[in-house]
Amino acid sequence: MTFNLAILTDNWPLLLDGMLLTIFIWVVGTAIGLAIGLAVAVLQLFTNRWLAAPLTFYVAVMRGTPFLIQLFVIYYGGPFFGLDLTPLVAGVGGLALYGGAYFSEIFRAGFLSVPPGQIEAARMMGISRLAIIRHVQLPQMLVIILPALANMTVLLSKETAVLSVITVNEMTSVVQSIGSTTFAFAETLLFLAVVYWAFLEIVTALARRLEKRVGRFTLRNQH
Amino acid sequence: MFSIDVALKSLPLLLGASVWTIVYSLSSVAIGFCIGTLMCAAGLSQSPVLRGIAAFYVSFFRGVPLLVQLLLSYYCLPLIGINVPSSVAAVGTLALCTGAYIAEILRGGFLGIPAGLIEAARMVGLSRAQILTRIEVPMAVRFTLPSLVNETTMMVKASSLISVVGVLELTRLAQNIATSTFQPLEIYLTAGVIYFVINAAITFVGSLVERGFRAEKAA
Repeated sequence: MTFNLAILTDNWPLLLDGMLLTIFIWVVGTAIGLAIGLAVAVLQLFTNRWLAAPLTFYVAVMRGTPFLIQLFVIYYGGPFFGLDLTPLVAGVGGLALYGGAYFSEIFRAGFLSVPPGQIEAARMMGISRLAIIRHVQLPQMLVIILPALANMTVLLSKETAVLSVITVNEMTSVVQSIGSTTFAFAETLLFLAVVYWAFLEIVTALARRLEKRVGRFTLRNQH
Repeated sequence: MFSIDVALKSLPLLLGASVWTIVYSLSSVAIGFCIGTLMCAAGLSQSPVLRGIAAFYVSFFRGVPLLVQLLLSYYCLPLIGINVPSSVAAVGTLALCTGAYIAEILRGGFLGIPAGLIEAARMVGLSRAQILTRIEVPMAVRFTLPSLVNETTMMVKASSLISVVGVLELTRLAQNIATSTFQPLEIYLTAGVIYFVINAAITFVGSLVERGFRAEKAA
């Protein structure tokens, strides 16, 4: 087995494009996923059960089935509902829906972690439901659930590789197409693994630092 | 039109393929559990070399997407002279991947075992290996059972990715049927339902075992 690193330098622009698209998918998918997760958790906890039941079903389905199957349903099954999505839109949407289900569970646990006495007190003072969520519950729970949110965000960055299966031109897909034209699978795939690995280590380290910074708020509250 | 007919007709075929999904994912969890136990023990050992190996292993297999790991083993194993069937390579990769997660799960369990218990076991003359298999592993499993069950359901879902390297299982067969019938929605939804049922069953069995443990403890 010979190792030809020129393959990587020759195809550098392609690889860079793929990398940027992977990061784009991850950031946008996570951002929408967080919004979905928060909305689902709020609707589940603070509205009637007729609204909560379908949302619970959504969360169970997204958590109980493979991400790949979800992508297939959205991308190949979408046209059945008149949704002719491009691979990128289907992929980012799928990632957001998938992440949203997990995020909603984290947010839900966060809402439940704020002592009910505080909410009763706030309600007694005539503060509106939304204002209680915004000013009493969210600031306190975000500190508590930050590690879980960060962890899920890191996990989602790995799921972006699956989008290559529905022909999104992200990093994994670029590497595979370079590999299949040059037969330099070892070089390209090892490069891909190292890039993901380094990326994940960096993001994890950043998350740890953020947790530590925010952690002092919990300490102050407890003492 | 949504055709229930297509879904019903493909159901027996999909159920047949789901047996492979169960076989591949459960065997990879079983192998991964052994790897995870060893790596966890290595990570908690005194030797810096063993600790380094364990840290590297866990970091790599948790830091690289499973799909990339599968592609690596599929394309690169033959290059270094290892020619195994793609299903074997895929199960091996799944096992290595889940082993890294199981090692992290078990670590919490191992650390929860009272030190006095291990000392006592050593005093009555149990060997290091006996302490590991007779005392530490059973206790760690009890402590971490919910996480281990969760990891098993994650592996059932993750096993869908081995379809990409050409291994026939539920997702792969669903793809084949979808392209030949032009009814992707019905087929993939049916496949999704099967995955959901498999995972619900695993979670149910897990909760039964957990209840059994708790009853045993109370008795």
